Amino acid sequence: MLPRVISLAALIAVWAVAAALAQSRLLPGPLTIAAATLAEIRSGELPFQMACTLARVVGSFAIAMLLGTLGGYAMGRSKAADRFADSWLVVLINMPALVIIIFAYIWIGLNETAAILAVAINKLPNVIVVVREGARALDAEIDEMAKAFQFGPSKRIRHVVIPQLAPYLAASSRSGLSIVWKIVLVVELLGRPNGVGFVLGSAFSLFDMARILSYAICFIVLMLVIESLLVQPLERRANRWRRRPT
Amino acid sequence: MNDALTAGDAAPLELRIDAKSFLSADGTPVEVVRDFQLRLEAGSFGALIGPSGCGKTTILRIAAGLDTDFRGQLRTPGARRLGMVFQEPRLLPWRTVEDNIRLALPVHQSDVDLTELFETLGLGSHLARYPGELSLGLARRAGIARAFAIRPDFLLLDEPFVSLDEAVASRLRSELTALTTRTRVTTLLVTHHLEEAVQLADRLFFLSDRPARIILEKMLPPPRETRSADVIASISQEMRALVARAVTGIVQS
Repeated sequence: MLPRVISLAALIAVWAVAAALAQSRLLPGPLTIAAATLAEIRSGELPFQMACTLARVVGSFAIAMLLGTLGGYAMGRSKAADRFADSWLVVLINMPALVIIIFAYIWIGLNETAAILAVAINKLPNVIVVVREGARALDAEIDEMAKAFQFGPSKRIRHVVIPQLAPYLAASSRSGLSIVWKIVLVVELLGRPNGVGFVLGSAFSLFDMARILSYAICFIVLMLVIESLLVQPLERRANRWRRRPT
Repeated sequence: MNDALTAGDAAPLELRIDAKSFLSADGTPVEVVRDFQLRLEAGSFGALIGPSGCGKTTILRIAAGLDTDFRGQLRTPGARRLGMVFQEPRLLPWRTVEDNIRLALPVHQSDVDLTELFETLGLGSHLARYPGELSLGLARRAGIARAFAIRPDFLLLDEPFVSLDEAVASRLRSELTALTTRTRVTTLLVTHHLEEAVQLADRLFFLSDRPARIILEKMLPPPRETRSADVIASISQEMRALVARAVTGIVQS
């Protein structure tokens, strides 16, 4: 913990020195940014824009995880499904995020559905690939046990399949969350009237560095908080049984 | 009434396998079982004995209904409830011992009292542990408890004591004898270990090499609960001689 605090403090110190030397509107110092951030929070502007972005992140993340888990499971379990959908997957993986966003806005319109879908589709192939690996690795012997003891579908999914997929789901949600955050900003920049991406876009056209920095920093902090309060505890819970007494 | 260890409705087990083949790696079919026929009276304990790799486990999987790709017939009563003990305990590593056993219970049976079953198998103080923390012997006990917890009409055991210390295995065998006698469940055991079969079963079926079929069927004198080590040894010796003669008979004919 302490080394991390020292390293962060050093980063801020470097920034402060650089800003003091530059004396430029294009590189405001940490104190200026802190003041600007506080003002943005007090006015309610920053919380509102962050909430808009967060809602899009949650929506597209949920859609991508749900569809990706279903698709990845199907492709991992059925050779036919894998052979059929694999080339689609390759196309999707190699499609630039920007192209998917533009398609979504053109075909669906400049609206919330298009924005959320565009992000979800960008994230989807990654979830499919990871969950497919997990579905391929499912233990056939345990499966047979569940069959012999006549586990119904819901018991099988809850107690046999999900626990085995959990590490794969955790891995893909971890890497996925950071992809989704980043793409949501691009989607907002290109076609939404609110959200952090939109704010950054308009600040860019005004060369408002103070605003860009304070949003960027708040954004990073929010991501870290979500990661440590939500993702990590869930991962720990899913892996509880792996702990061995020493 | 709600105790897992009361006698259930035992049922006879009838299995006929005319032919069962697998596809080998190069795509040619390999016949594993041929002209196999077995009938176990309700409440009896049968043992299939044969060399490793002769197809015993295949027969057991067919009897369990896990493999339906064979020519022949599996006849078991309509409402069959199957308890199975596998060679590897096959517990869910992410659930505790008690959860593993309770998860196997059908919904309408979820309030059944398992205390006595746990005590009989010496699991009482290990219920909150995870399978990864158990010795092989304890994991096997948990597997056996799971099979009995559901009050099975049939019990299928696939080499349940293999690679255990002989002392541990022998104790587990007596516990198994006590449980099967008490619940009067129709049981089929697969093993390559003759003494084990003689200690446990009241009917022995000896299998040939692949493709497996029964070369000798033998009833053992009751009661099986009280066979001493000497009796087991002398019956086993007698059986070895009989099997040797049966095999020579096949070769000559």
